Amino acid sequence: MATTATTGTTGTTQTAGSPGAGTAAGQQSPGAQQAPTAKQAQRNQRARPPAPPGGGGFLRTLWGSTIGKKVVMAVSGLVMLAYLVAHMLGNLKVFFGPGEMNGYAHWLRTFGEPVLHYEWFLWVVRVVLLAAVVLHGVSAYQLSRRDIAARPVKYQHKRQRTSYATRTMRWGGIILTLFIVWHLLDLTTGTVNPRGQSGHPYENIVAAFRTWYANVIYIVAMLAVGLHIRHGFWSAAQTLGVTKPGTARVLKATSNVLALVLTLGFLSVPLGVMTGVVN
Amino acid sequence: MRLTLRIWRQQDRDEPGAMRTYEVEDISPDMSFLEMLDTLNEALILQGEEPVAFDHDCREGICGACGMVINGQAHGPERTTACQLHMRHFADGDTIDIEPWRAAAFPVVRDLVVDRSALDRVIGAGGYITAPTGSAPEAHATPVPKPTADDAFTHAECIGCGACVAACPNGSAMLFTSAKVNHLNALPQGAPERGTRVLDMVGQMDAEGFGGCTLAGECATACPKGIPLPSIAAMNREFLRAVR
Amino acid sequence: MSTPYESYATGDPLVDTKAPGGPVAERWDRRRFEAKLVNPANRRKHTVIVVGTGLAGGSAGATLAEQGYHVVQFCYQDSPRRAHSVAAQGGINAAKNYRNDGDSVHRLFYDTVKGGDFRSRESNVHRLAEISTEIIDQCVAQGVPFAREYGGLLDTRSFGGVQVSRTFYARGQTGQQLLLGAYQALSRQIAAGNIEMHPRTEMLDLIVVEGRARGIVARDLVTGRIDTYFADAVVLATGGYGNVFYLSTNAKNSNTSAIWRAHRRGAYFANPCFTQIHPTCIPRSGEHQSKLTLMSESLRNDGRIWVPQRAGDARAPQDIPEDERDYYLERQYPSFGNLVPRDIASRAAKNVCDEGRGVGPGGQGVYLDFADALDRMGRKAVEEKYGNLFEMYARITAEDPYARPMRIYPAIHYTMGGLWVDYDLQTTVPGLFAIGEANFSDHGANRLGASALMQGLADGYFVLPATLSDYLARHPHTGHEDLGPDHPAVHEAVFSVTDRLYALLSNNGDRTPDSFHRELGSLLWDECGMSRNEAGLRKALDRIPELRAEFWRRIKVPGSGEALNQSLEKANRVADHLELAELMCLDALHRTESCGGHFREESRTPDGEAARKDEEFSYAAAWEFTGTGTPPVLHREELTFEYVHPTQRSYT
Repeated sequence: MATTATTGTTGTTQTAGSPGAGTAAGQQSPGAQQAPTAKQAQRNQRARPPAPPGGGGFLRTLWGSTIGKKVVMAVSGLVMLAYLVAHMLGNLKVFFGPGEMNGYAHWLRTFGEPVLHYEWFLWVVRVVLLAAVVLHGVSAYQLSRRDIAARPVKYQHKRQRTSYATRTMRWGGIILTLFIVWHLLDLTTGTVNPRGQSGHPYENIVAAFRTWYANVIYIVAMLAVGLHIRHGFWSAAQTLGVTKPGTARVLKATSNVLALVLTLGFLSVPLGVMTGVVN
Repeated sequence: MRLTLRIWRQQDRDEPGAMRTYEVEDISPDMSFLEMLDTLNEALILQGEEPVAFDHDCREGICGACGMVINGQAHGPERTTACQLHMRHFADGDTIDIEPWRAAAFPVVRDLVVDRSALDRVIGAGGYITAPTGSAPEAHATPVPKPTADDAFTHAECIGCGACVAACPNGSAMLFTSAKVNHLNALPQGAPERGTRVLDMVGQMDAEGFGGCTLAGECATACPKGIPLPSIAAMNREFLRAVR
Repeated sequence: MSTPYESYATGDPLVDTKAPGGPVAERWDRRRFEAKLVNPANRRKHTVIVVGTGLAGGSAGATLAEQGYHVVQFCYQDSPRRAHSVAAQGGINAAKNYRNDGDSVHRLFYDTVKGGDFRSRESNVHRLAEISTEIIDQCVAQGVPFAREYGGLLDTRSFGGVQVSRTFYARGQTGQQLLLGAYQALSRQIAAGNIEMHPRTEMLDLIVVEGRARGIVARDLVTGRIDTYFADAVVLATGGYGNVFYLSTNAKNSNTSAIWRAHRRGAYFANPCFTQIHPTCIPRSGEHQSKLTLMSESLRNDGRIWVPQRAGDARAPQDIPEDERDYYLERQYPSFGNLVPRDIASRAAKNVCDEGRGVGPGGQGVYLDFADALDRMGRKAVEEKYGNLFEMYARITAEDPYARPMRIYPAIHYTMGGLWVDYDLQTTVPGLFAIGEANFSDHGANRLGASALMQGLADGYFVLPATLSDYLARHPHTGHEDLGPDHPAVHEAVFSVTDRLYALLSNNGDRTPDSFHRELGSLLWDECGMSRNEAGLRKALDRIPELRAEFWRRIKVPGSGEALNQSLEKANRVADHLELAELMCLDALHRTESCGGHFREESRTPDGEAARKDEEFSYAAAWEFTGTGTPPVLHREELTFEYVHPTQRSYT
């Protein structure tokens, strides 16, 4: 810095253009020694990162950086996606009548016996999913806060940017979080289900989709799922470092197919109830 | 041509700014965008008003000094720098909005001038190959396959103008950082520092307050040098490789 | 009436006391051995100021910091990466002889001395040729992505009419890639705390204490604050002064202030009239033109240059039949044709335009026609070779160069003159060094293509770090405590800076800085440009002091000095251009020979070509400042040629 003697340079201060600057030349202005210039203060303040990355182990480095948090989002997102695929396929049982559907639901609870206790498998899945949801949500929240803070002033000239799926990731995420709460209260605990009879999922499903509001909620949520997956899967691939043009093309197509198949698969249930195919 | 310009005016870092409207006449379609601003500024000086401050230097599209958001687009409607954008891409009677780069990491210094020193610090954190002068081996000691050299060059073309940050809805510097990481990490000379480079540069990028990537793709669309979007994924891979 | 500026006095001849004797190939080794070294433990105590961050300044700052010196560095740009070296396109020469085509250090040395029209020092040029090979090694190690062949080895091309293929390149962006290499090395040292970097800070004066350079006065361009910085040595790497012409291929903010203020403080200015004009630039499109853009001269390899035979022929080029076109270079120089050296091609273009045969707006242009090349090679091959240049031309002019011939016109693009330096790159002010385009040393009266990058990096990476230590070792560090604001020399320097800025801000006249710059530029272009004569130079010498007086009477700079004020920066630079211009014209007037970039119409061979006068002018003209507008003192440094014997160039 110009104003400290230790670095070997010392400074005098004069501001050109102030009245009488010429005659006062060479005199030290009173504050100059103590106060570094705004530019230097700025430089010092923003100079170094808080902690050297790579110093705190694998997880700390990962969680401590924007890219690392995106990796957490990508991995947790893929875990949820895998679950959704299984969930959607299971849902299709509804088209084969109450016996098959309820039997399937029961099987999920007894899966792994006798090694596992009753419902243990389901709880393992639930714990993994809960962890994925929490990690996905917390990183999304933190990254979003960061992103919004990184662009505090908007442009005056508005113009449409980026694709719909990209722009709706955050709102889509919030809609889906709310939906999950509703979904659990509806078909897991039965709290908000018109029928809410434990052990009879088929009947509960039919009862739910006989109400107009459940149909609206599910249709909106499933469209949100589709959009979220469409951008999310592709985004996860990028975060995990897919760069080969061929692989990238395949994955981009996959994300579209996944989004479409999952949305249609999930929507088929309420549509089936509404059209009377399922009753 | 006759144009209406709405330009962001701001006295300094701490004062609030606002859009102000100016009329300019006799603009030739052959003028560059910056020459059009020169014309406005000459008129302003003679009226005793302070001219619009904007960064510029080489005016050949290579130094990266100039940069402004023109009608909501970084460097305006053509894929080039503002100095190489010509007025023939506008129509007589147009209203043009001109704003500074917007990002928390790029505070406005005055009018259209912003402080991009954060980008310099990202380079300082690891965007180099440690090769003290005089220590270099004979240039042909390490052959570099042509495709590798070409790939490194594609990323090395970055001019550090900051358009990627300005265009990104998250004010992210991922494209800028990835360009340098991929340039140096592609080359055998850059291999020894491959891991620390990406970790340190990403660490500094985060510390400067740039946002993260949500793959909006705006950066690559705005980049006057055509640094490709997959550059970011390539850096992510370098990052994961280094973290392991 | 005081003494007219033209009646300069002649002072003592200059002798380069640092130049070692002996065989030319051993001189650099010998100088390095004889140079005193600074103990590594003591280096940290020495502060070195480096002004400028281009190829020369960037490489010097990084290298000095690596060696352990405390470096304080400045640039007016917002980042060191933007210095105008970034815009160099073509390439960098090095005597690697990778092509086995007969190249050698001696041949590069020979070509450069000859290309400089025998107005450079043999010792310096030989050193440059020796170092050229190390530069390539250094840059490759830094990760500069030079063009490569499929075998993975470096590609080279021939450039600027030389017969060997010694030019290394990185597409059309060699300057950018080399600069980024230096910038990255610099950034590493800044982050390590070894360099204190001051971007957006402009040097406005040199502080000379007891005959030695001890610091600078600089203005923070954002806050307007004037600071003094003290050091054990000051290095100027601030580039050339081509912007004195207003329209040039230099960056808009490139300026002469640093070297001119150093000149005013006692550093001699050598050969200011040696300016280089590049023949293949895009012509100006109107009054609004703010700068000129160069296109690589490789275009002349396949393009044919012509103008209509008849003056005032306004037909479109495709409507002019073959027999009404004048391929004037092929006609006048049948053996070299369109590939004659830069200065000859430039002057020939000016001549045909002066005859009223120029094309395009204002008649300031000639056609560069690729129709034959397109027929011969096919569009695809032309695209592959010149695609990016054609694209650049189309973007700027909105004309399709595949469909109609390009228009080109010469423009100022490099200045060979600069601060006089000895073999150690030290100016006549002890402790003040000048490197890169800012000094005068290696190119004589004309620079060869792809040699500017070579010289900038040679000075910064290798020469200065070796010679500066000798100076520092001989002047042990004593601290800067003696230098406070009350020291008379410091006080005076700060006073002169603030006084001048105050004068500019308070004048409130009726003309803008650019209007003066434009007027000065057009005067110089007409009278001290591509071709010069006594009457024109005298006219310019009469006009410049008037223009300078008018400047100080009518300049208008709005705003204050306490904030970012680009008009103030501009006006302050134009004020220096107005002084330098006078010295340029005087130097051009005094040198009544033609050599290199300096063409005096009075000194021609019978067939109209440039005629050198070796008996009279085989010297470097170093000018000593005596006051604004008062006649300077000429010091001659005689040039002797032991290895390359002067011959007259001939291209007919």
